[in-house]
Amino acid sequence: MDDVILSMRQIVKQYPMGDEIQTVLKGIDLDVKQGEFVAVLGPSGSGKSTLMNIIGCLDTPTSGTYVLSGRDVGGLNEDELAQVRSKEIGFIFQSFQLLPRQTAVENVELPLIYSGVHERERRGRAEQMLERVGLADKMDHYPNQLSGGQQQRVAIARALANHPAILLADEPTGALDQQTGRQVMSLFHDLNEEGNTIIMITHDIGIARHAQRIVRLLDGVLTEGVAEDA
Amino acid sequence: MSWENIKGNKMRTFLTMLGIIIGVTAIIALITVMEGATNEITSQFTALGAGKVSVTVTGTPMKSGLSDQDIENIAAIDNVAGVDPTTSLTRHVEANGTLVEDVTIEGRSDCYFSNTPELIGSGRGLKAADMDSHSRVCIIDGTLRTALFANENPVGQEIVFGGLTFKIVGLLDDDSDNDVMSAMSLMQGGNDGGRVIIPYQVALRMLGTGSVNSLTLYLKDTDQSDATIQSLKETLNAAFNYRDNAYNVLNLDSLLDTMNTMTGMMTTLLAGIASIALLVGGIGIMNMMLVSVTERTTEIGLRKALGARPRLIQTQFLLESVMLSLMGGVIGIILGNLISAAIAAWIGFTFAMSPSAITLAFCFSASVGILFGWAPARKASRLNPIDALRSM
Repeated sequence: MDDVILSMRQIVKQYPMGDEIQTVLKGIDLDVKQGEFVAVLGPSGSGKSTLMNIIGCLDTPTSGTYVLSGRDVGGLNEDELAQVRSKEIGFIFQSFQLLPRQTAVENVELPLIYSGVHERERRGRAEQMLERVGLADKMDHYPNQLSGGQQQRVAIARALANHPAILLADEPTGALDQQTGRQVMSLFHDLNEEGNTIIMITHDIGIARHAQRIVRLLDGVLTEGVAEDA
Repeated sequence: MSWENIKGNKMRTFLTMLGIIIGVTAIIALITVMEGATNEITSQFTALGAGKVSVTVTGTPMKSGLSDQDIENIAAIDNVAGVDPTTSLTRHVEANGTLVEDVTIEGRSDCYFSNTPELIGSGRGLKAADMDSHSRVCIIDGTLRTALFANENPVGQEIVFGGLTFKIVGLLDDDSDNDVMSAMSLMQGGNDGGRVIIPYQVALRMLGTGSVNSLTLYLKDTDQSDATIQSLKETLNAAFNYRDNAYNVLNLDSLLDTMNTMTGMMTTLLAGIASIALLVGGIGIMNMMLVSVTERTTEIGLRKALGARPRLIQTQFLLESVMLSLMGGVIGIILGNLISAAIAAWIGFTFAMSPSAITLAFCFSASVGILFGWAPARKASRLNPIDALRSM
């Protein structure tokens, strides 16, 4: 169990819905080991986004414990959570979420600014990341000058910039055509082989199959499932 | 982030700043113009007013003005350095066959020139000997000199008015018209044909009267002016049989105080009205910042997800609003000073930037930025990243 990087126990998340309380996550247990590529598969409304927000330290659970890189995230305040997000988690969003008025390399530099990397070092590291995702020739392009697949690769480079403990991807191919989606998935494979831990949230079984391990989320309950099940 | 947003929305930025620009411009222009005008009035008053008391006599049915004896009594009061009885009439003036109509003839004493020697441009003023011997000498101003003598030196020449011949002994300095008293007599007399100054006794005789209706007292020590004015009133009461509506005593120092108080109040009042524009400008900034927070919900969420601390987000928004209002403030300060300089040139007083007005406007616009940027900045920092990102 030494190499467990993420451990969730009995995670419950409730939201007030008018007079009633809606329980979105009903006691989630999840362990992810260092270097794993896990897909969380679930239809819309199953609590996927909520789970992603809790994994990504964007939201805190109503109850349960969540240990990330050996640290109990439950008791942290806003500033500490911001630091955890900055250092431990690399977010990849469905709609890329690049800042339109900044170039590719500036977008990749952004998390480095927040984690306090020195200015001189930033540019070099950002360029290195862009080279890693195969965009060495697009450094100074603005997002609207890049294709969807290229934009998503910039977003992946940005997620990698701080060498996070986990890469957390939310429907990373949702906004891409099939072929570009496959390219992005093959990049994920490469990154995983280099030792990056990846958690990917998707509703698409075809995409989920790219992962080593699939867990299914249905109505707020998580069950282990192997890819062959589907 | 702050700067980029300001640059990215130039039109909106400008419109938002407009309120602040107008407010600051108005405040700067008002304060600077008021200060300049007040300084101008003060310096003009001090040129003539300091250490002077002016007495105007309306007289009683029994006694229409001050007699020679009254004037001697007034001159004997403690702290009085000199008395300048003043009378004025209008005559046609002739010299070298040229006639100038409607010239103001002023009867004055030697005190007028001994206390304000800068009035004389060339030649001399009236002397005590002229007064004693009722000499027919005169001092003329530049207007009359131009009309009668062109480029000749008038000193030593003779002019004729009221059937009498007078010898010109001096020429008034061209600036002497800037003197408040002559400005006042100009307003009363209303003629601009020129100005001739003669011994007052001669002028009285030309008028056919023996009494003076107006005089100026020169004081030795201005600090004791209150006591002197008290003695003066007693003397005047005695002269007019204790009917105190027979005369009016005007102390230019106290008049100046009153004017300063009035202009001060005016400035405060006008600046107060102008600051309403600043308030409205501040609300404009707040509105734009709130819109900006809403518009950039996703961006704020993303930045938070990438590890930006709430405080950093708040600082950025606050910085943006402070930058907006300060830019507005600086533009307003420049515009306000330009407008003041233009007004100063137009009205004709010396333009001087007012450091206090600039400081005030700068501080005011900075605090408007902080005050009205605070709430939107706080809203941005508290934004839940999930809501922020879901809004996509």
